[in-house]
Amino acid sequence: MTFDEKYFNIGHLDRISYQDTCVHRLDPRVKVIATMLFLITVVSFPKYEVVALFPFFLFPVLLMTIGEIPILFIVKKVLLVSPFAVFIGIFNPFLDTRTAAVIAGIPVSAGWISFVAIMLKFSLTISAAILLIATTSFPGVCHALRQLGFPSLFTAQLLFLYRYLFVLMEESMRIIRARDMRSFGKRGTGVKVVVRLIGILFLRTVDRAERIYYAMLSRGFQGDILSLKQSHLRTSDLAFMAVTIALLTVFRFFRVTEQIGSFAQELLR
Amino acid sequence: MSHHLVEFKNVFFRYPDGTEALKGISFRITHGESVGIVGANGAGKSTLLLHMNGYLMPTSGTVTISDLSLTKKTRQDIRRKVGIVFQNPDDQLFMPTVFDDVAFGPLNLGMDETHVRERVHEALRLVNSLDLCNKPPHHLSGGQKSAVAIAAVISMEPDILVMDEPAANLDPKSRRSLITLLKTFAHSKIVASHDLDLILDVCQRCIVIKDGAVVADGPADEILANKILLEENNLELPLSRQNIKTP
Repeated sequence: MTFDEKYFNIGHLDRISYQDTCVHRLDPRVKVIATMLFLITVVSFPKYEVVALFPFFLFPVLLMTIGEIPILFIVKKVLLVSPFAVFIGIFNPFLDTRTAAVIAGIPVSAGWISFVAIMLKFSLTISAAILLIATTSFPGVCHALRQLGFPSLFTAQLLFLYRYLFVLMEESMRIIRARDMRSFGKRGTGVKVVVRLIGILFLRTVDRAERIYYAMLSRGFQGDILSLKQSHLRTSDLAFMAVTIALLTVFRFFRVTEQIGSFAQELLR
Repeated sequence: MSHHLVEFKNVFFRYPDGTEALKGISFRITHGESVGIVGANGAGKSTLLLHMNGYLMPTSGTVTISDLSLTKKTRQDIRRKVGIVFQNPDDQLFMPTVFDDVAFGPLNLGMDETHVRERVHEALRLVNSLDLCNKPPHHLSGGQKSAVAIAAVISMEPDILVMDEPAANLDPKSRRSLITLLKTFAHSKIVASHDLDLILDVCQRCIVIKDGAVVADGPADEILANKILLEENNLELPLSRQNIKTP
């Protein structure tokens, strides 16, 4: 993938987050809290638990459908970061070799089960985090965090990260284009040149930071980024919160999958 | 009010690396005047503008804004009176949405929520950008960015508006609407630019700077008609003053 394509790919996530669906309209604070609860619940399962994790896919799938987020987009993002989780779990099957179950005559070791559990937890948590951004927009999440009591220094850093990520990428894109235009074939694209380009980018960034700081001072900045209070929570927000908590509790403490399974067996009998 | 003045008295400034950027600049701009500042690249225009808000402090000489003389103590008050629009709108628009950005100044002035909303609304209306309110700056075009950057400064209702190359990177139509917009402002205006036609349109007075000193100061009409003076300063007659003969 070229740099240009990568750039437009990030922009895509950003554009999705400015859609107008009922998921996007929910109060950011509610979505942040719901996502945190979801993450905690998923992570709280013991390491050999696989079956009980499946009902949780309901949460991302619902958000994706109602929020009109393209599923392929989320899947691609999850795959992109998956190597991290694979490396964490890949040694379990070799270290933990006692047989835990026999499925269709093939013995399955406990290591494989915990590996699958890690991968499931990973896809659940990452897709939930990406969906939070895709349905709330990055600044929305930052403001929500600020209102929930996170330190302003922290949220201000995040806001600047978001704002200038795009500017910095455009800047790098211009530098890379300028290089490509004047380097023919392999000449001029070596490591030495790249190191210098990064140096130039750094210097430009420092200059820009100074100009931004001037602009902030000229508008009365005195150390804290203030923001307007947001409107109150609506009933739809509270309803969303209540349903999420109820579902999470049910999925966590009742063996939903087994019950659906035995119910299906009853029907078939 | 008659005290919105900007006065430089024999201002010298040397950068830490030893470059003498200003060498004894003096002028006085009174209430409601609009003044163009022109000069070659590197003549000291940007350095001069940075003094008007106290980012840079004169090595010697005095800068007086309204009735405050510029010191480290009065800097904050002076920044309320002088609004600077920088050349690159990406440096100026640092908040995630247009609304947040225009609200940044008023919030820092300690206004309450209704007032802030009013100010933002009014400022965006003035630059015809109300519909951009909830957009993130990186989704705007260059002209829209410039308009919003101006709104972000006028939402603080400064007495004096200072602009550095306001029309750089604008297409002719955006540039024309910027000129129309600038003409409607009753503020004292100081515009540094190489766009001499813009200065001719917007400003009554013009100051020419060369090597950190004032070489000419007078009505824009006269100065921008003086071909020899302009060419000495790497400038040329404004296009509207050039009698181009069609072949």
